[in-house]
Parts: sequence; structure tokens; C-alpha cells
Amino acid sequence: MSDNSLRLVWVYPDLLSTYGDQGNVLVVERRARRRGLDVQRVDVRSDQPIPTSGDIYLIGGGEDRPQRLAAERLVRDGGLERAVSNGAIVFSVCAGYQILGNEFVNDMGERQQGLGLLDVVTVRGEGERCVGDVLADIDPQLGLPQLTGFENHQGVTHLGPAAKPFARTRLGRGNGTGDGTEGAYNDTVFGTYMHGPVMARNPLIADLLLKLALDVNALPPIDDRWYDALRAERIAAATQPA
Amino acid sequence: MAGNTEPLSPRAKLAVTAGRAAAAVSRAAGRGSGSVIGGKVALKLDPDLLGALAQHLDVVLVSATNGKTTTTRLIAEALRASGPVVSNALGANMPAGITSALAGGSDAKYGVIEVDEKYLAGVARDVTPKAIALLNLSRDQLDRAAETRMLAEKWREGLAGSKAVIVANCDDPLIVWSASSSQNVVWVAAGQEWKDDAWSCPSCGGVMQRPGDDWFCGECGFRRPTPSWVLSGDHVLDPHGSAWPISLQLPGRANKANAATSAAVAAVFGVPPQVALERMYQVQAVAGRYDVVRFQDRELRLLLAKNPAGWLETFSLIDQPPAPVILSVNARGADGTDTSWLWDVDYPRLAGHPIFVIGDRRLDLAVRLEVAGLDFRVCETLDEAVQLAPPGQIELIANYTAFQDVRRRVGN
Repeated sequence: MSDNSLRLVWVYPDLLSTYGDQGNVLVVERRARRRGLDVQRVDVRSDQPIPTSGDIYLIGGGEDRPQRLAAERLVRDGGLERAVSNGAIVFSVCAGYQILGNEFVNDMGERQQGLGLLDVVTVRGEGERCVGDVLADIDPQLGLPQLTGFENHQGVTHLGPAAKPFARTRLGRGNGTGDGTEGAYNDTVFGTYMHGPVMARNPLIADLLLKLALDVNALPPIDDRWYDALRAERIAAATQPA
Repeated sequence: MAGNTEPLSPRAKLAVTAGRAAAAVSRAAGRGSGSVIGGKVALKLDPDLLGALAQHLDVVLVSATNGKTTTTRLIAEALRASGPVVSNALGANMPAGITSALAGGSDAKYGVIEVDEKYLAGVARDVTPKAIALLNLSRDQLDRAAETRMLAEKWREGLAGSKAVIVANCDDPLIVWSASSSQNVVWVAAGQEWKDDAWSCPSCGGVMQRPGDDWFCGECGFRRPTPSWVLSGDHVLDPHGSAWPISLQLPGRANKANAATSAAVAAVFGVPPQVALERMYQVQAVAGRYDVVRFQDRELRLLLAKNPAGWLETFSLIDQPPAPVILSVNARGADGTDTSWLWDVDYPRLAGHPIFVIGDRRLDLAVRLEVAGLDFRVCETLDEAVQLAPPGQIELIANYTAFQDVRRRVGN
């Protein structure tokens, strides 16, 4: 963290902010401020350079063509890779998650190079699009409660040896590989298919990113009444469909 | 083309009769107006029925993400100045509902038809419209609908060979992309507050530059066309430069935009702007929208907002604080079952209003409003929210099925 303010970077809202994922930025920012932290939010459009001195980078989902354009521009820019080598935390969703991998299939049906920040490869699923509520158990190493979210994607994401599954699904398709994995992560880079947005349904993920960025083990507690109520309702709705 | 010059074929007549019978059965069973089931039965018996029914009409199609029902109503009022109109005024906007509406209007001269975005190209092929009004395109129900940009692409392909006059909003880049493959376009500067689905050039993918009201792509030269009709405050400027006052009972900037587009459509049918706009004043509420109702000795204004662009336009028309606001959101099939879009709505604009939250997904709204730093109360029912609301007319904003729930409860 530089000069006592947390630098929160929202990557390419002009291309990758179609599915409400900017909620993740709003939740991280709000939860940091409620802990008395100064937050500097930086929205970076795809014709601007990615700053390399951010603490947390968030990337959202987008439509197929914008995803191709975003990957081209991020690879050309190189700033995100430099930020990660500086120790930044990156959290990505859906199309953004695919871009962080080694490779994905773009809107032209071609294999396209990703940033290689996560050891995953995404192909296009042959079956029906994965749409609906998801319930999953997050990797116990991360010490987080159940994951609740909403998926809406056609991608099938295979994990390589350097990526760990972020969660194991109880309900829903996740990575779409049929092995029950959902998302992927390594030390500082995370990817998930969950919208909702994921931080609104799982605020402790936002806190995990803050703890990693601040290099602390705990954060002061805040009033999570509404988050808890929403989580309980969504988990109940997923397990007991009407 | 207008007038009943060519009678329907025996097959088409049979289909219309069978459709009416099915609708009557559906009504008797208490399942709504029956227009959709009637239309489905009729189309099954005669797949060409829609085209046959429209053959005797001068047709205008209206499509958009937001404002299509209201604009359809405004155009219908305007064209009544010049002859009888048949219209799917209740918003049954897919081929079955459209067929059913047209089957009920054998004496009409004009057909004013709202069309669901997904069906526009097909219906335009079937009914050979004289005009097509395109208002705006933005994100809506992404868990079940096509991508917004893909929709624009489909419109562009589908309308490329159309002989219709396309009356299109030049302030929405996705609409301009959809319409500009057509031969005959009348551009209307109708404005659009929501910009977040068109930062990427629909033509080349470049980043869009948007200084003031203008827009252009810095890379390929795709840019805002020069409009021939312009919405300017409370007036619409026609192609001759005359300014006509827009006086509506419907509130808000978006409805002035709908009226400006409707005036341009009316002109295509030979109805002058002054006549058209005077008739539009008659419209008070559209399928319950904008209606002010009394409930528990309080006045509630009922406002429908289904997606981020719709909420944005709605926030700009509600009364200033301290007017109390009730928000209701559901996520049933017709709403889209993903509530993530709530986070693309600019709720901080409600600061200063007493806010009450209801609906199936009130907890999603509660988290959204908490993160926006707003004060709010979560209520179990509409009745409870109304009882808790401080004095003043209540602005009630709801998405699709939540709106229907509220209408039922208040007996609207």
C-alpha cells in the first residue's frame, strides 16, 4: 500500500462492466472505508495505460467482442503483469477470468492469447449455456464460508498445475468441466464465474483481498446484517428450489 | 394499401375465427385477455396470417429496450387524427400477440405495433411496414436475452433491405449502427441518459469519444448523424426548423423523447406535428405506468423501471426530496432471474429521499443501498411501506412483475 491510501483499480469499464460486476468495486471500496481506510478508486478505460502501482485490481465480465478487444489491449499494455510482479492482488470475473488465463476462445471462434496470470485455458462449451444460481464450497485454505453467486457463461475452463480451484460446486456448473471445480487462484490472482455480484453475496471475499493487500490477518468487524440476510436467503433458495 | 380492398383468404378467415375462440376460452378460464393464446392458435393454422392481416394497413413498428409501449400509444393517438388505428396497446409484443391485436382491427387504416426487440426483423419482413421507430438499446435481462450489441447487429442485418422509413434516435450509437444500413432513415435527436452500453464503437471496436451531446469513434469515423428532428427542452424542432411545444400528462424527459419520435413518425403518415402533439396530450397513463393512485389514503405514483437505463430515466422524473420513495424488485422469469444489474443502477441519486424497500429481492436491494451509503427501511409488504412513509405523494418504482404485484394490490 502506497502513501496510506488503498489504490483500487477497476479495469476497462468501457468493455468489461456489463453484468453488474462493478458492484465488486463498490463493495471493496465501501468495506475499506468502513474500516477507516483511505481509498483511491481508479477507473481505467481501454485507451488508457493500466497503472502499475495499484493494490487491488478488479476485472468484470463482458460480451464476447469486448472480451477479445480487452484481451488484445491488456496484452499490448503489459501493465497488469507488471502490477502483479509488484505484488498487486487481482480479482476477475467471467470474461475477465478467461482473459487472465493462458488462452481462451474469442467471438470469432479463434484461440486467443490471454495474460497468463492464471494457469487456466478456456474453450467454448458444446452444451447449453451455464445460467443460474450457484452454491459452492471455497477452498478451505482460504478460510471463507460457502460461495453463493449467479453464473451466465458458455466457457469451459481447464486448470493447469499452477492454479488451484477456487471452490467446489454443490449446485451449478462453475468451470463447466464436469469435475465440480469453480474458478481458480494462485497466491495473488483470483478468477471466478460468479456474478451476483460476487462480493455483494460474499463480502468476506472482499475482506480477504483487503487483508492480502494490507498484509494483515484480521480486519475490524463491521455491521454485516444485510449481507448476512441476503446470503442466508440465497443459500436457502439454492438448496430448496421453489 | 390502406382500407379493406383485398379480403382475407378463407384460410386466414378460419385462422382468425379459431384464434378468437381460443382467446374466449382462455378469458373464460380466467387467464388474462387471451390475446397471446388466440394469436398462437391463429398463427398455427395460417403462418402467413400476420402478413395477410397487415396487408390492408399502413403499419408502423416500434421497438426499443425502453419506452416502446408508451411510444406505441403516443403514435396511435397521433395517427387517429387521420383514421382508425389498430394497436397492441397492452404490450403483447411478440408475433402471437401482434396477430391477435391485428385480427381485432378489420376496419382500421393504420397498424401501430410494438415489437419485442428479438422479433423486430422477422415482423418487419412479414408486415412490410411503412415506418419503423427505433428508440434505444441497452442491457436488459442478460441471463436470458441476447447480448445488446448482437441485437443491434441482428437489427442491422434484418433491416438492410427494408423499404420502410426508419425513424431512429441519433443519440444512441447502437441505434445508429442498427439503422444506418437502411436506405431511408429519419434521424431524431431524442437524447439518451444511459451511455454504458456504447463506449465501444459498434463498427470497429474503437473507444467512443463523447464530448457533450456529440459522439464519434476516434478510430474509424463512425459518428453521430445530423438529425432532422431535435428534442430541445420542452420543444421538438421539425425539419423546417419550426419549434413545436411538447405538452404531455406523462412525466419526464424520456417521454418528451418518445413524443418527439412520435411526431416524426406521424409526419411520415402525413399528420402534422401540431396535430400529432395535441393528440398526444390525451395520454394519461400507459398500462398503469405513471398512474397516480390512492391507496390507504395516500397518493402513489406508479413507475415502471426494468433495467439500468430505465431506472436512470425514472430517477430524473421523480419529485425532489423529501418525497418518499418505495422501491420494489422481483427476479421472476419475466424479470430475468439475475439481480446483478441492480449494481449498474445509480442509486446514490436517491440521497435525501426516505426510501422503503419491498419485493421478492428486497435483500439484494438492501445490500445495494447499504453500499451506496443510503438510509432505507426494508418492509415485508406494500401496505407496511406505505404506512411508514412520511407525508407527501409516494413515488413507487418497480420492475416488471413487481409492478404487476403493486397494481393488483392497489386495485389499479
